[in-house]
Amino acid sequence: MRILTRFRLSILALFRRQAETARLNQELQFHLEKQVAENIARGLSPEEARMAAMRLFGNQSLVRDQARSTWSWNWLENGLRDIRYGVRTLTRSPGFALISILVMALGIGATTSLFTIVRAVLLKPLPFVESDKLVAVYEHFRESTDGDGFNVVSPGDFRDWRQQTHGFQDMAAWRDYGFNLTGARQEFPEVVEAAGGSANLLSLLGVQPVLGRAFAPDEDRPDAIHVVMLTWSLFQRRFSGDASVIGTQIHLDSTAYTVVGVLPDSFTYPDPHIQLWVPYGQTFTPEVYAMHESHMSHVIARLRPGISAATATKQVSAVQYQLHLAYPSKPVAEDAVFRPLIDDLVLDVKTPLIVLLCAVGCMLLIACLNVSNLLVARGASRRKEVAVRGALGGSRLTLICEQMTESLLICVAGGSLGLLLSMLSTHWLAGNWRDLPRAESIHVDGTVLAFSILLVVFAAMLAGLLPAISSTGKGVFAVLQESSRSIGGSAARSTLRKTMLTAEISLTVILLVSAGLLFKSFLHLRTADLGCVTDHVLTIKYGLPEKQYDTREKVIAFHESLMERVRRLPAVRGAALVSTPPGAGWESDDVFTTPGRPSTHFNLQYDALQRTIDPEYFRVMQIPLISGRFFTGQERLTNDHYIIVSKKFASQFFPGDNPIGRRINVAWDRKPEDFEILGVVGDTLYDVTQPVKATMYFPILSGIPDQASGATIVVRTAGDPLALSVPIQQQVAALDPTMPVYDVLTMEQILGKNTASQSFSATLVLAFAGLSLLLAGVGLYGVLSYLVTQRVVEIGIRIALGAQRSEVLRIVLLDGLRPVFIGLLVGLGGGAAAGALIRSILYGTSPFDPLVLVSIVACLLLTAILACAVPAIRASRIEPMQALRME
Amino acid sequence: MGKPSDLVQGTLDLLILKTIMLEPKHGWAIAKRIQQISNEVLQVQQGSLYPALHRLEQQGWIRAKWSETGSGRPAKFYSLTKAGRAQLEREKESWSRLSTAINLVVEGV
Repeated sequence: MRILTRFRLSILALFRRQAETARLNQELQFHLEKQVAENIARGLSPEEARMAAMRLFGNQSLVRDQARSTWSWNWLENGLRDIRYGVRTLTRSPGFALISILVMALGIGATTSLFTIVRAVLLKPLPFVESDKLVAVYEHFRESTDGDGFNVVSPGDFRDWRQQTHGFQDMAAWRDYGFNLTGARQEFPEVVEAAGGSANLLSLLGVQPVLGRAFAPDEDRPDAIHVVMLTWSLFQRRFSGDASVIGTQIHLDSTAYTVVGVLPDSFTYPDPHIQLWVPYGQTFTPEVYAMHESHMSHVIARLRPGISAATATKQVSAVQYQLHLAYPSKPVAEDAVFRPLIDDLVLDVKTPLIVLLCAVGCMLLIACLNVSNLLVARGASRRKEVAVRGALGGSRLTLICEQMTESLLICVAGGSLGLLLSMLSTHWLAGNWRDLPRAESIHVDGTVLAFSILLVVFAAMLAGLLPAISSTGKGVFAVLQESSRSIGGSAARSTLRKTMLTAEISLTVILLVSAGLLFKSFLHLRTADLGCVTDHVLTIKYGLPEKQYDTREKVIAFHESLMERVRRLPAVRGAALVSTPPGAGWESDDVFTTPGRPSTHFNLQYDALQRTIDPEYFRVMQIPLISGRFFTGQERLTNDHYIIVSKKFASQFFPGDNPIGRRINVAWDRKPEDFEILGVVGDTLYDVTQPVKATMYFPILSGIPDQASGATIVVRTAGDPLALSVPIQQQVAALDPTMPVYDVLTMEQILGKNTASQSFSATLVLAFAGLSLLLAGVGLYGVLSYLVTQRVVEIGIRIALGAQRSEVLRIVLLDGLRPVFIGLLVGLGGGAAAGALIRSILYGTSPFDPLVLVSIVACLLLTAILACAVPAIRASRIEPMQALRME
Repeated sequence: MGKPSDLVQGTLDLLILKTIMLEPKHGWAIAKRIQQISNEVLQVQQGSLYPALHRLEQQGWIRAKWSETGSGRPAKFYSLTKAGRAQLEREKESWSRLSTAINLVVEGV
């Protein structure tokens, strides 16, 4: 019954508000009339009676408001009224509204986009069963200084770990692999990225094949029958989703593999480039499968309930230490280490992503401060209005709410625009970020929406609360007492604005410093000297399947006749072969010993990159000969026990010695043999972000299948290098139509690929910093213009009394630049802290790089002076008479 | 004692409910009635009376009805609902507990 009544009343209050309000007025009027009547009965004149009744009644509209405030939906009514007022005030100054909305849209949009990406990449659990129980286990060399101490695992170690320890519920391994894929029915050949996964990998991750089955344990051996699982993308792309492919054969490197299963669409681990999976054991020869020194596998382990990853890894470490002791002369690590699987996957992007998120956060903060500052300025011109309303009984809360509505409106409009912006930009961002892991899981969903709504509310609070509170504060009634010719603005209010300005400038400086450092580091990478010619060079990779090219003679014949054909092409100025060109990565390394200084113990210090090259390589790539000689056509077939070493190699392993003619002992072709050093050449970088590493070059013309069957053609051209890619591919096809080529890239593209992610984050942070600088400039200009307008009368009097105009200019400029200087100091402090945080992603750039700091200070000061100059000049041109007459 | 004492906080609801217990009254009459019965000690300000009446109505304790007064002018008459009657009992009880307690303290020491 009561509920019904209340429901009826709330309906009435909602839909018949006008009528109800009229009734309320009527009710109050009735009361007043009764009072008047009583007063008349007491003997007052009608006029007096009326006045007395009104006096007794008090503030009639206040009573009405208070009565109404007990009705339901009152909040809605007040909100609507505030929104109406807000829209009205905003449309009165459309320029201000538009700028604020755009600024907010950018801030909120960018923050939402970054949050979407960060959430999908760093925060969302991996799409595996109980993925928080998965860790990646690595080997750890105690002496190693290269990299982060997480070394990939050798197959022998993995197998021993799995057999001998029981701390983990299970351990699985996978490794990268590549195949030339040709169909059983003569389809177009292609090179596919593949992976070898141990039989238990899928069950360990909790993934079921959508078609067929996973690998069986007895297929996970080097000599087992060849089987393959297709990823969903290859299944759709190459086999048009035809389920009858299960049980049929496809050709990988000219060997028949039976398709046993298809992986689900959601399975893109470790990255979406992987097209197919073969059993882990089948990617090895039996000898290598048992080896403890050939590191190439990633190990994933699932935690056993109740046993921590650290405890389980300790067991693995113990086994590993025994292995280390058992093979003293080989590179077998001492320990095992682990990290959560998700960290392992997002390792390279974690810091850049967090830096970017912080950058957009800073930008949003600056945008809020700016809008807040502009609102304070507008609040100043409405102080009288607010004061009058306060005096007439408007509650402070009502006034604050009304002002907040304005900033809320700006933020809601900006936020919706920003959300739209972010929906468009998130995919662009994710797509343009090369090698962003888990990019496929990025999309805008409910959580992201909730986040951006929260962001809007937060921004509105931040932008609106301070101005609203300050403009409705206690001192507000003093406005009414001020003479109409007030001279100068209130000191407290300009302090507030200057404080906000200082904060804004500090944040901008922090952003600028980070952006400057990232950009400098990126430039450093781009201009890094690779040690060889990089323009007009095309690289094309191919790999000879060992099944067809199974003798040294066959391998050499293909390489040589291909080179001969390529060199005959017009516009080719030189062509050569190398296993991996400079800048294209680590690829492979080997440890060696130097006879005469025999080391019975394996020593990590004796480790160098290995490359295989043809005699023309150094000439084509213009890598200088320092001493000795290059390979000739003589170092071929079994007369191949010669190497050429890099300058770094010579200085590191033969310091103060002539290395020419010396021998080293290295296992290039399976077992260790002596190789004589023929020459020393200039250093090249394997990765522009990494320091020089000693390198040894082996002759590709030895033709050993496996060691010499994969090659990269490097071609120097007269014109556009990419124009040659098709003619060269035709030459390859002419020699062997089933031979696909891949990674057709210019040297510049290889460099760009290396630096793409740096370039991306540097450019983005720079863009954010630039925008923030612009915002700070606008803020500065706004504050100063406002201060000048406030002081027009004062300045007029000063000038009338004989102040020099230059003096006025100086005063106003200093007034504006003081917060800039303070902000600059604070910002440089913050920038140093930020620099220390991003140190790990800076290459060849100190976090306190003087050039960056100086140019940032100069840049900011220039912007600040520009922003201050206009109002200052305006102030110095004030005509005293006009100013004094002004009201 | 110059000014009439302010109403004890929270007792206005009780007074209103009690005043309209027997027959419906309009706002003016309620205020007058409280004033009379309390020998002019309790004066209900309009600023408190009407918000209180509307609040009680929203809560469903009292019901409002427009009807004519003796002089033929329409006025809003408030009467107690069934829930209001129960509420009045609760308010009375809590008031008597409170006043007894206060008396104990004031007289006792």
